[in-house]
Amino acid sequence: MPKKEIELPYRVSYLSILDENGQLDKELEPDIPEDLLLKLHRGMLLARRFDERMLTLQRQGKIGTFAPIKGQEASQLGAVALLEPSDWLVPSFREMPSELWRGKKMENILLVYGGYNEGGHIPSDLNDLPVSIPVGTHPLHAAGIAYAMKYRGKKDVAMTFFGDGATSEGDFFEAMNFASVYQVPLIFVCQNNQWAISVPRSKQTRSRTLAQKALAFDMPCIQVDGNDILAVYAAAKEAVERARSGGGPTLMECITYRMSVHTTADDPKRYRTDEEVAEWEKRDPLVRFQKYLKDKGLLSDEKIQAVDEEVKSEVKAAEGRWEEITRKTPDPLDMFEHLYAETPPHLLEQRAELERELAEKRKEADNG
Amino acid sequence: MTNGVETLRKVTYREAVREAIREAMQKDTRVFLMGEDVGHYGGCFAVSKGLLEEFGPERIRDTPLSESGFVGAGIGAALGGMRPIVEIMTVNFSLLAADQIINNAAVYLHMSGGLFNVPLVIRSATGGGRQVGAQHSRSLEGWFAHIPGIKVLSPATVEDARGMLWTALEDPDPVLIFENSGLYNMEGMLPAGAGAVDIDRARVRREGKDITLISYSASLFKSLDAAEILSREGIEAEVIDLRSLRPLDEKTFLDSVAKTHRALVVDEGWRTGSLAAEISARIMEGAFYELDAPVERLCSAEVPMPYAKHLEEAALPQVDKIVDLARKMVKADG
Ligand SMILES: Cc1ncc(C[n+]2csc(CCOP(=O)(O)OP(=O)(O)O)c2C)c(N)n1
Ligand SMILES: [Mg+2]
Repeated sequence: MPKKEIELPYRVSYLSILDENGQLDKELEPDIPEDLLLKLHRGMLLARRFDERMLTLQRQGKIGTFAPIKGQEASQLGAVALLEPSDWLVPSFREMPSELWRGKKMENILLVYGGYNEGGHIPSDLNDLPVSIPVGTHPLHAAGIAYAMKYRGKKDVAMTFFGDGATSEGDFFEAMNFASVYQVPLIFVCQNNQWAISVPRSKQTRSRTLAQKALAFDMPCIQVDGNDILAVYAAAKEAVERARSGGGPTLMECITYRMSVHTTADDPKRYRTDEEVAEWEKRDPLVRFQKYLKDKGLLSDEKIQAVDEEVKSEVKAAEGRWEEITRKTPDPLDMFEHLYAETPPHLLEQRAELERELAEKRKEADNG
Repeated sequence: MTNGVETLRKVTYREAVREAIREAMQKDTRVFLMGEDVGHYGGCFAVSKGLLEEFGPERIRDTPLSESGFVGAGIGAALGGMRPIVEIMTVNFSLLAADQIINNAAVYLHMSGGLFNVPLVIRSATGGGRQVGAQHSRSLEGWFAHIPGIKVLSPATVEDARGMLWTALEDPDPVLIFENSGLYNMEGMLPAGAGAVDIDRARVRREGKDITLISYSASLFKSLDAAEILSREGIEAEVIDLRSLRPLDEKTFLDSVAKTHRALVVDEGWRTGSLAAEISARIMEGAFYELDAPVERLCSAEVPMPYAKHLEEAALPQVDKIVDLARKMVKADG
C-alpha cells in the first residue's frame, strides 16, 4: 500500500515575452501580422483616450458612475483579438476596451453611463453579452453558452472576463467545474489587477497564483504578464485553438494593474500608496508596446502622434453623436420596455396609469 | 440632562450605525464585524470608518469577495459562540447568499429540534434612487420578510439606526437589518444617552385623523413630507413607521385605521406579492368594517430600476404621488 505522489495532468507556468523594459524574448515572440499589430496599438490607444475622456465627463457630472480601465488595455485586447465575430464575449463591468474592439459604439457606452437604456443595445451581429454587475456570477453563463455551442456542433467559442476578486465567489468555481466536466470551448480570462475595491489580491486568496485554481478541475491554466500584449496574445492563441478544436476550457490569469480608481465613486488613496501606483506606471502596457513597434520599424514618434490625434477626434465625434441623442430625452414610459418579449397586461396597465399621470402633470403645468 | 431637558446632539444616520457597532464591540468581546471592504476602506458607505484602527483586524475583518462564504461562516461563528455582525454591501448581493440566509440560518433551530440557535446579525444597504441601475437598486427587504425564522428590521430614524443593533445582537435568532442607502447622509437629533430600542413595535411618527399613511425606511420621510403638504389643505394624515417588517406589529396600524378609516401603504418594493399586499390583507382581516375607502398601495413600478435619473424618479414612490392619492381617497367620500 504505497503512499505516493499523484501526478496532475497540468502545471502552472508563467509567460512573459516583452518585459517591462521593452526587452523582447525573440524565441517566444508570437507571429502577429503587421496590420494586426498596428490595429492592436490603435485599439489600446483608443481605449486609453476614451477612458480619460469618460473620467472628465464623469467629473463634469455628465455621466454617472463607471469603472475605468486604464492599465488593462493589453490584458484585454491581447485576448479578444483572437475571437472571431461570431464567438461569444461574456464581460464583467470593466471591459470597455474589449467591447470597443468587438464593435460596440462609444456613443452607446456613453448612453449607458449617461443613464439611457438605448445604450445597452449591442450591435445585433455580435454575440456579446451586456455588462454584469454582480461579481463573478457571469462565468457560469459563459459555461452554458460554450456548452450550447458544443452541443449544436458550432465552431464558436466563448471568452469570459472577470477580476481577481471574482475568483473568490463560489459561482466561479462552479463555472470551471462545469466547463471542465463537459469539456466546453471556453476561455476564462482573469484580469488580476491586484485590487477588489480596497481588498488587495493577497487578502483574496492564499494561493500563490490564481491560475492554479484550474488545477483542481484538471483544466489547463497559465499565468501571463498582462501588461505584455505579446504574452497575452500568445497564451490566448493557444487557449482559443484548444477550445475550437475540442480540447476544452482554459484559465488564463493576466497580471495587470488597475491604474485608476475602482469606480468614479472610489478614492484609492484610502487603501494604497502612491509608490505602488508609480511602480506600476513603469510597467505601462501601452508604452512598452509602442517601444516594441518602434523597434520593429512599424511606428515612429510622429506616427504615434498621428494615431493619437486620430483616436482623439474619433472620441470627440462619438461624444457629439451622444450629445445629439441625449438631447431627445427619452420618455419615462420607456421603463416598461424589454421586460418581457411581449409586455403583459398588468404592465400595460401600469404604463397607461403613468401615461395618464404624466399627461395630467403636463396639463397642470400648461395651465400655469 | 440639564434642567430636566435632555441634551440632543446632531448625528448622521451613518454615524449612528457606526456608534452602535462601536458600542456593541466595546460591550461584548464576542461581537465582530465582517464583510467586503469593511476594514481599511471603512465600508462601501463609510459606516465602519475608523473601526479597524480602534478594534484591529481580528474584529473588523475584510473578507474575500464571497457573500455565500462570509454569511455561511457567520452562521458558523454564531453557532460557535460568537456574535457576528455580517455586512452584505448591498441587498442586491445578498442574493448570492440567499441559500445561507433562507435555507440555513432561518431553519437551524427548527432542524436541530431547538438545539442550535443562530444569533447572527446581517446588515445590508438597500433601496433605489442613486442612479446605479437595475442590478444595484433593489428593495428586497419585504421579500426577506416573507421568510419564517428570521427577523427583518428597517430603521428609518437615526434613533433606530443607533438603537436597533444591540437589541438585534441580543436576540437569539438571526436578524437582518436593512439600511436604505439614501438615508446615510441624513441628519437627526439623538439624545445624549441614546441606546438600545425595542425591535418589535411600529411607531406613530405623526398623528392625524383623516387617513393613515403606512410606510418604513426612506419612504417614511416621503410620507411625512406628504403629510405636511396635506395638512396645509386641511387633511390630517397619521404616519406610521413599521420599523420591524417581520414580525409585523399590526396592532399599531389597525388601531390607526380604526381612527382614520382610510389607509395608504407606501412601499419602495414592488406591488405584486409584496409587503404592501400583506399589510393591505391584514387591514381587510382586522379592520374591514372600519374602512371608509378601499386600501390603496403606492409601490415602485414593476420594472427593473432604470438608470436614467428621470426614469428612476418616475419609477419610485414620490411625495407628489402620495399627496395626490391621499387627497383622492379622502375626497372620495367627502
Ligand atoms: C456579488 C457582488 N458582491 C459585491 C459587489 C460590489 N463590488 C463591485 S466590484 C467589486 C470588486 C471586484 O473586484 P474584482 O473582481 O477584482 O474586479 P475589479 O473591480 O478589480 O475589476 C465589489 C466588491 C458586486 N458588484 N457584486
Ligand atoms: Mg481586481
